[in-house]
Order: sequence, then structure tokens, then C-alpha cells
Amino acid sequence: MSPSPEAIAVGVILFVVIAAYALFGGADFGGGIWDLLAGSVEHGAKPRWLIDEAITPVWEANHVWLIFVLVLLWTAFPTAFAAIMTALFVPLSLSLLGIVLRGVGFAFRHTAQRLRMEQLTGALFAASSLITPFFMGTVVGAVVTGQVPVHPAGNVLAAWTSPTAILTGFLFVAACAYVSAVFLVPEALQRGHQDLTHYFAVRATAAGLVTGALAGGTFAELSTSAPHVFTRLTGIALPLVAVSIAAGIAVLCMIWLRWYHPLGLRVVAAIAVAAVVWGWGLAQYPYLFPTSLLLAAGSAPTASLVTEFVVTGLAILLVAPGFVLLYLLQQRRVLTAAETDADLRMAADLEPAGVGQVAVAPPPFGARMTTALVLTMLAIRAIRDLFSARGRR
Amino acid sequence: MGAMVHVLAASPVPARSQMGSSLGFHIILACFGVAFAAVTMTAEWIGIKRGDAAALLLARRWSKVMAVLVAVGAVSGTVLSYEMGLLWPGLMGRFGAVIGLPFSVEGIFFFLEAIFVGVYLYGWQRLPPWVHWWSGMPIVVAGILGAISVVAANSWMNSPAGYTLSHGKITQVNPVAVYFNTSTPYETTHMLLAAYMVTGFLVAGVYAAGLLRGRRDRYHRLGFAIPFTIAGIAAPLQVMMGDVVARFISQNQPVKFAAMEYIPRTRRDAPEWLGGILIHGHVYFGAAIPAFDSMLVGFSPRTRVIGWDSVPADQRPPLPTLIHLSFDLMVGMGLFLFALAAWQGWWWWFHRRLLVTPWFLVPAALGGVAAVTAMEAGWVVTEVGRQPWIVYHVLLVSNAVTPAGGVSVTLWVVLVLYGVLTVVSIGVPMIMSRRWRRGVAAEEQAEQVPYGPSPADAGPAQGVPRASAGGPAA
Ligand code: HDD
Ligand code: HEM
Ligand code: HEM
Repeated sequence: MSPSPEAIAVGVILFVVIAAYALFGGADFGGGIWDLLAGSVEHGAKPRWLIDEAITPVWEANHVWLIFVLVLLWTAFPTAFAAIMTALFVPLSLSLLGIVLRGVGFAFRHTAQRLRMEQLTGALFAASSLITPFFMGTVVGAVVTGQVPVHPAGNVLAAWTSPTAILTGFLFVAACAYVSAVFLVPEALQRGHQDLTHYFAVRATAAGLVTGALAGGTFAELSTSAPHVFTRLTGIALPLVAVSIAAGIAVLCMIWLRWYHPLGLRVVAAIAVAAVVWGWGLAQYPYLFPTSLLLAAGSAPTASLVTEFVVTGLAILLVAPGFVLLYLLQQRRVLTAAETDADLRMAADLEPAGVGQVAVAPPPFGARMTTALVLTMLAIRAIRDLFSARGRR
Repeated sequence: MGAMVHVLAASPVPARSQMGSSLGFHIILACFGVAFAAVTMTAEWIGIKRGDAAALLLARRWSKVMAVLVAVGAVSGTVLSYEMGLLWPGLMGRFGAVIGLPFSVEGIFFFLEAIFVGVYLYGWQRLPPWVHWWSGMPIVVAGILGAISVVAANSWMNSPAGYTLSHGKITQVNPVAVYFNTSTPYETTHMLLAAYMVTGFLVAGVYAAGLLRGRRDRYHRLGFAIPFTIAGIAAPLQVMMGDVVARFISQNQPVKFAAMEYIPRTRRDAPEWLGGILIHGHVYFGAAIPAFDSMLVGFSPRTRVIGWDSVPADQRPPLPTLIHLSFDLMVGMGLFLFALAAWQGWWWWFHRRLLVTPWFLVPAALGGVAAVTAMEAGWVVTEVGRQPWIVYHVLLVSNAVTPAGGVSVTLWVVLVLYGVLTVVSIGVPMIMSRRWRRGVAAEEQAEQVPYGPSPADAGPAQGVPRASAGGPAA
């Protein structure tokens, strides 16, 4: 039985969103890792400042991608979603813990700067940046190796503690650090900090090499732990794998040659990540869980899949203009004519009249009573009419 | 058999507690996400229209508080999305293709909301006044539509519709019928009004406390009057709406209604119990108004009200005492807030003045707590009253709960984390307000909130010199 075109379409959307999460979420968590490794307070102040300036603004978008992944999964592929959530309860809970810690740090750090809470929130941020990608990696590892039963009876510890899954966990951590460092290089350059540019160029190179080594290791493991996926990775999905490797090497070359083209670096690094995510997707096809749950068997009825398609389209249509507007505003200078908070404060304090002392004469008594009665009756009528017809049925 | 059912039903307790506490936490922030933008924009409107600096200052400060609360709401909402799967795989695995639909629609609106909160915050000094005011409008609309979508998911659990089940598998789905199920209009209207009441009364309460301490300037008066007016308009509508909802429940979910009203046996002349604890089928410490429940349900004492004896014991909601007292609490708080709003409304109508007597201001300062209590109590009625069903008359909670061990651990972690998040979401606005009162203007201008511009972009005057080597100067 082959999957319906709708199921394939939603699967494609799913993997586009996963790639986006890997990139933006990865940059965010990677920022936390570099924050953790930046050393003592004085020593690490500069890199930490850059991370905060450049990475934190993408934080909110991460949630959107992640929620979108969850919602797509449970609506379009409910059986797989329920199985993953049951069998991998432990790593998923731990990754969620990391997300919450990150959020607490985020909400706090931005508003309580002067509270000397930075150390605590910094520590939370850093811890969450290791926990979340690692355990998400083990979850992906467990799915790829087909260790998640379709109808699990409870936790399946073996699924996410296999060598492949653990390796994938480390791979995710390294990849986050890599993406983040590559993104930070042009950020430092654009802000005119030569030393920081060099700082993150060195780290991007190191993280790139580690990521490459871990990817090689995982790949080798897959040959025995996930034969179906391995066969397809070396077959139909090979071009994507090759693109990813080539892009990864290209990034390293650009850094060695000190060709820090802002857009170029980011795009090539993004290709390296996205290509491997899509390679994974293609390699799993036609299975949701290789080789126990087929896409065709695990997907929702057509109407649900079509709705997801429409929702995605609407989201793009509605959200894109908002993004453009926000971007334009961020580029724009402050309008000179507008008051600052200080002007407002001055003006407000200078103005003594209270709200209660406004000199408006109340309308005559009879008019007020009549208006009040009429309005009340209209409101009651409206609510009755709206609801009683249905209620009685 | 009875014992067997009992054993099965006992296992979801940690999961239910975790779901309930996460939702109970999230919903308070959600109220701000739904309604705070409208309150803020009303202040801004007054500020622009009348050239009122106090109103503009209020709007600007409220928008910063809104950003913090939206950020925490996003985190607690992410937790909920996970929990739907982690705790209830039996629900999502079977009905994900159905209940997932309203959640997907919700996703669009929260995405929009987050972006436009950013636009609104960035826009303060970058857009002309009226353009800026309009840039807040999408937050209001997205908040309302998002709330409707997510409450529609809850309504679907109360009135499942729009799907075809064959051999335990969903074969057909009608998204429109799922979204607009029988409960949707009632629940969404009641919840939207609740969101406006919770936000309005909570914000007004802060300024009522200020007025009580003798801060009687225009800033505090407006800070009280604007949110109080909005919540005060919602209060009487909410009481009427609650009455409508109750009558709907008496038809749609009579067993839930029986638990709410202590109606053990189907009867006419059903009494209305005020308070009271049910022990072994007997109500203690309660006052009964004879035949009044029948009156409320059908406008006649002869109306027949269905009792919980109409279904077998294992299909009745547990803890009728909790359900009944929660219902009474909600109604009591609703009437109290209505009275409070009516008092001020009366005074304004005849004297065009704010009430500043402590007899009014002390209860007004507590109005927010009362509104939150009413809302939480209302959700307890809805959710516990739906038991033992997770999808009414279709799926039992015990068949939906996760078989994975470890929920009793995550429950405690969730409780601790939400304690921390509560401190954050109350503490950060408090720190901000203390900073505002201290009155160092540069500090306020440079304040950074989630979604908002970083101090470096705040203006040329405070800008961090971009090309200097001393970037992280502070
Ligand atoms: C500020 C909050 C607030 C106030 C003042 C009231 N309610 Fe309420 N009520 C809610 C907030 C709420 C809620 C939290 O929003 C609920 C939970 C689920 C829902 O849709 O609304 C709710 C549910 C709810 C239900 C159960 C619906 C269900 O099971 O699906 C009934 C019967 C009522 N309400 C009735 C009333 C009455 C008669 C009130 C008269 C004063 C009242 N409510 C005031
Ligand atoms: C609109 C969105 C909501 C949805 C989709 C939803 C869904 C659920 C689900 C799936 C459960 C677990 C199954 C069950 O016990 O029946 C549950 C239980 C519960 N929810 Fe909700 N809920 C919503 C809103 C809320 C809110 C805002 C509260 C606020 C307090 C709340 C309070 C509870 C409680 C107390 C329980 C446990 C009930 C019990 O076990 O007796 N819910 N809800
Ligand atoms: C099971 C129930 C629920 C789930 C799964 C859920 C899910 C979510 C998620 C994932 C987010 C974060 C979105 C983002 O900003 O990226 C969120 C935020 C939000 N949720 Fe919920 N939610 C639930 C219940 C509710 C209810 C009952 C309401 C209100 C009626 C509500 C209103 C909001 C609002 C307004 C936000 C935006 C954040 C804010 O403005 O504070 N949610 N929710």
C-alpha cells in the first residue's frame, strides 16, 4: 500500500519545519553551549554579550517551530506520535525540562539585568542547552533505528540508550554548537569586533570537525542498527548526504580563507544542516518507523491532512507580512518627534487633573435611567436569542 | 468488577494532577495574552485622542508587562503541547487527527500574536501614533481567535462530533463540525469574557492598591479606571452568559449538571443547594432553596431535572462535593464582581467620579484574585465534571493515560518549576514597577523586555557604540 499524496505532502512540510527548528533552535542552544564554555565572568563577558545580542532574538521563533512539529505529528500521524510519546517518555520529558529552563532564563534575563541574577539565569540557559539537544538526538536515534514499538506498553529504555541513539545525542549537541558558532562569526564582524570574529571562527572550525567525526561515527553505526535507513542513505538519499558534506566542508574552507561573507556563510551552513535532515526524511520513506509502521498505515484521514496543508498555507500568508513589518521596524531609527518615556513621565506628573474631576455635566436623570433600562433589556434579549434556539433543541 | 474499574481509574491520578496544574497555570497567562492588548490599546487610544501623557505612559508600561507574560505563556504552552502526548497518548493516538485540528488553527494565531507583540513594542517610537495603535489590533484579534480555537478543542472533548469511527480507527473527519461542535459557542464566549474579567480586574487591582496608599494622581486614577471599566462591562454579561451555559449543560451533560447541583435522583421541584458537603448521599452545612433549581433550569418548579442515578455508578463524576463547591464559588465570585462593577457604574453615572472610599477600593484591589478564583473554579467544574470521560461518552480517561512510568516524578518537577515561573511572572513586573517609581528616566528607556528592542537600538542617545572595542561595557 503506497502512501497518499496528501500524506507525502504533509510529511514534506514536517521535514521542512524540522529543518527550520534544527537551524534556529540549534543556533539558540549552541549559543548556550558557547556561553557555558566562555570561561570566567570577566574573560567570557565579550562572547556572552555577542551571544545575547545576536542569538536571543530568534528565541521566540524556536517555540513556533517546535509546536508546529508537535501539532503536525499528532494531527497527521497520531499513531506514531502516541507511540513516541509513550516509549520515549523519559528523554522527551528531559528535553522539555531543558526548554522550560531556557524559557525561565529568557524571561528573567531580559527584565532583571540589574539584579545580579545573570549568573543564575546564565547557568540555567547553559544547562538547558546541553540537555535539550542531547535528548532530542536520542529520540531521533530511537526512531531511526526502528526501536519504537507501534503499540508500546510503557517506557522503552533500550530504544533511546542504544549506541546509535546516544551517538546521535552527542551529534545534535555538536551540531548546535557548530551552527551557532558559524552564525556568530559574521555577527561579530558586522558589529566591528575583529577579536570576537576570530574567537568564533576558531570555535566554528573545531565544532565543525567534531560534528563531522560524530556524523561519520553515527553513519557507521547505522549500517548495522538501521539497515533500511542505511541502504537508502547510501542509495536514493546519497545526493543529499553528499550536498551536506560538501556544504560542511565549504563552510570550513570559507572560514580558513577568512572569507566571512555574511549571507554566504549562513546559507551554506544552513544547507549543510537542512540537507542532512531531508536526507534522513528521504531515507525513512516509506516508513514512519522503519520497518514496522508504514506512512500509509499511520497517517490521518485525508480531510485532516488537507486541513494541515491549508493551515500551513494560511500561516505563511498571515505571518509573512508580520515578519516583514517587524524586520523593517528593527532596521528603522527612532522617530524624533515621538516622546520618550521620560517626556511622558514629565508631562503626566505636571498634569494634576484627576479622572474623576473631569468637568462633564451628567445628562438628566430621566434620560440616564431610560438609556440604562433599554441597554440592559437589549443585552438580555441579544444573549437569549443567540443561545436559546440551540439550547432547546 | 467494581474493584477492577476502581484500580484502573486510580492510575491516571498523577497525570490528571499534572495536566490540571499545568493548565491552571497556563490559563492565567493566557488571559493576559487574550485581553491585555485590548486594555493597553484603550489606554493608548485615550492618550492619543486627548493628548494625555499619563494614559500614554500607562500604555507603554503595560506593553512591557504584556511582553513578559507572553514569553512565560509561550513556555507554559509548549509544556502543554508536550503533555497532551506525554500524558494522554491514548487520546492523541486515537483522536489526534480530530482534536489536533483546532490546535493547528490555534498555532497560526499564536504565531501572529507573538510577531505583533514584537511589532507593537518596536513601534513605540518608530511609528506615528495612530499607525502604532493599529499595529496592536492584530494582537487583539489573534488573541480572541486563538482562544476560541483552543477552547474549541476542549469543547470537542465535551461534545465530540465531526468524525467517523470504524473498527477503532478514524476513517473520516469533518473539520468544520469538529471546530463548531455544540459546546463551542457556549464555552468560547464564557471563556473570552472570563479572560477580559481576569485581566481587567487584576490590572485594576494593582492601581486600586496604589489609590489606597494615597497615590491619587491622574496616572493612578486612569490606571484603575481603564481596566476596571473593561472588566466591569464584561462582569454582568458574564453572569448572564453563565446562566445560559448552566442551562445548556443541564441539557447537554445532565450528569455533570447533577453533580454541580447535588441532584442524586431525577425529580421535579429540585432544590438549589447553596454550599454544603455531600457525605453518603446526604448534604451537610448547606442551605436549600426549594424548587429553585427547577426554576433556573426550566422557568417552572415543575421542570424535571435529571439526577446522577440515571447512569451507572462508574460513569458518574467523582467528587461531587468539589464540583458543587467550585460551581458555587464561581457563581459567588461572579455576583460579587458584578456588584462591585455596578456600584462604581452607578457612582459614575450619577456623579461622574471614581469611588475612592476604602469600602470600595479594598474589595476592588482583591477583584483580580476573585476573578482568577472564579475562572479556576469554572475549569474545575468543567474538567472534573467531565470525568470519568476524557472524550464525553466516547473514551475513558483510564484508557487514554500513558502506561509509561514516571509521571509521579514529572508531576513534582512540574509543580516546582511552575512555582518558579509564578515567581518570575509576578516578580518581574514588580521589579519593573519599582524601577518606574524610582524614576530614573534613562533606566526606563533602556529597559529590555522579551520581543522588545534591545537597549542598543533604543535610541541614538543610549546606543551602545557599535564599532567600539568595548562592546559589553555594562
Ligand atoms: C471570571 C470568570 C468567571 C465568572 C465570573 C463566571 N464563570 Fe462560569 N466558567 C468560567 C469562568 C467564569 C470558565 C473558567 O471560563 C469556565 C470553565 C470552562 C468554560 O468554558 O468556562 C466556566 C464554566 C462554567 C460552567 C460549566 C461549563 C461546562 O461544564 O462546560 C457553568 C455552568 C458556568 N460556568 C456558569 C457560571 C455562572 C452561572 C456564573 C454566574 C455568576 C459564572 N459561570 C461566572
Ligand atoms: C481549553 C483547553 C483545555 C484542554 C484541551 C484540556 C484538556 C484536558 C485533558 C486532556 C485532561 C486530562 C483528561 C481528564 O482528566 O479528563 C484534562 C484534565 C484536567 N484539566 Fe483540562 N483542558 C483545558 C483547559 C483547562 C483549564 C484552563 C484548567 C484550569 C484549571 C483545566 C483543569 C483541568 C483539571 C483540574 C483536570 C483534571 C480533572 C480530573 O482528573 O478530575 N483544564 N484537561
Ligand atoms: C490543552 C490546552 C492548551 C494547549 C495545548 C496550549 C498550547 C499553547 C502553546 C503551544 C502556546 C505557545 C505558543 C507560542 O507562543 O509559541 C500557547 C500560548 C498561549 N495559549 Fe495556550 N494552550 C492550551 C490552553 C489554552 C487555553 C485554555 C487558552 C485560553 C483560552 C490558551 C491561550 C493561550 C494564549 C493566549 C497563548 C499565547 C501566550 C500568551 O499570550 O500568553 N491556551 N498555548
